[in-house]
Amino acid sequence: MMTNPTGRITQGQFSFLPDLTDAEIALQLDYGLRRGFAWSIEYTDDPHPRNTYWEMYGMPMFDLQDPAGLMVELRACRASFPQHYIRLMAFDSTRGVESIAMSFIVNRPAREPGFMLERQEVDGRSMRATIRGYAAERPEGERYGD
Amino acid sequence: MSTPLYSIPGAPLGADPGGASGPASPAGGTGPAGAAPAAPPPRTVAEVLASSQVEAVMDELDTDLVGLAPVKARIRDIAAMLVVDRLRAAHGLSAHAPSLHMCFTGNPGTGKTTVALRIAQILHRLGYVRRGHVVSVTRDDLVGQYIGHTAPKTKEVLRKAMGGVLFIDEAYWLYRPDNERDYGQEAIEILLQVMENQRDDLVVILAGYKDRMDTFFGSNPGMSSRIAHHIDFPDYSGAELLRIADRMLAASEYRFGEGARDAFEAYLDRRLEQPHFANARSVRNALDRARLRQASRLYADRTRELDARTLSTIEPPDILASRVFATPRP
Repeated sequence: MMTNPTGRITQGQFSFLPDLTDAEIALQLDYGLRRGFAWSIEYTDDPHPRNTYWEMYGMPMFDLQDPAGLMVELRACRASFPQHYIRLMAFDSTRGVESIAMSFIVNRPAREPGFMLERQEVDGRSMRATIRGYAAERPEGERYGD
Repeated sequence: MSTPLYSIPGAPLGADPGGASGPASPAGGTGPAGAAPAAPPPRTVAEVLASSQVEAVMDELDTDLVGLAPVKARIRDIAAMLVVDRLRAAHGLSAHAPSLHMCFTGNPGTGKTTVALRIAQILHRLGYVRRGHVVSVTRDDLVGQYIGHTAPKTKEVLRKAMGGVLFIDEAYWLYRPDNERDYGQEAIEILLQVMENQRDDLVVILAGYKDRMDTFFGSNPGMSSRIAHHIDFPDYSGAELLRIADRMLAASEYRFGEGARDAFEAYLDRRLEQPHFANARSVRNALDRARLRQASRLYADRTRELDARTLSTIEPPDILASRVFATPRP
């Protein structure tokens, strides 16, 4: 299982660490708010590395002063999508940056089967490789256990 | 999940890895202690005051605001309770987060907004709100215009106010008894829920006229019972209004000329008898109009050389030209 040695998807910040607690998430959010970032919440059940744009959970949240409001939204999102991947993203609107400055996963399904490396022989002995999520074979919304 | 092997600076020690207690617990824990993590817990009132510097805000409140004795007394009581709660917490006595939601009633211009700003500072210094900013809103900011618009709008305002004080001006407009399909009720319900469940994160201050707020609470008993502090702002007396006028002039570097202060006193006497008197706000408006008249008086005399003293003096004619003196007293 070389593609998924820990049984966990590693995308964004802190993904090699154990799951952050709510208290630690709040501290990260606070750090972002102090830097002037706008946080937003996104979820998906297709964590393919090339799936850049996840579904937005509500609008990005501008002009916040305190992480408490964000944590309320995050809890609501977890309640709606307990078996989805949920990530928090901080948008830095500084002129010239204008992109995502922080992004980390805060909710994962209980079981993460990972990705399959598919090899295809083409044009004689040439190889093409692609990866495919095991869970992605099932339709959207049914991918991670119930 | 096993205990993490790493530690994050500023994180509360021994935070339960499940995170079941939510974000309120670290903030509530680090708020007061975060300022001086190594310092021993405070033992005396003086220590709490020294570490929070709340005394400075209280003194400012006393010196900057004229009159309002009952309001100041009530705020001192609240501050005293919060200080004692901090001392209790240091001894491990139960100090559950007190309900700090307030209702300010009083006529226009009696200083409700100003006091709300000061309260936010006091609560921030004592560590009961984390940021101490004030988000001032009215009905328009909370209530939507069509079905499904109100909840996101109210929630957004609440999110912005988290960690500080939400000041709802003219709060009685939220409830309109004449229209049973009014969306205000929905906003009130969301407010109530947050006021109850997230007392650590947010302090709500409602403000409005006394009689209308009484009607509002009469039809929303849930709101009334969730507000611990009902503070009534009295009207200013004539002498207090005059002192307010002095301060306003001093702040904008003007002063009363000879006899002008008496003229202004006479003006206030007459103005108080007329309807729509808005206390300090009316004083400000009257002074602004006096400055206009002073300006046109000086403007009329093209050749005169004006020194700083003349430019900053309001003379009796500037005040006596007011419309208030034109109407005969009944």
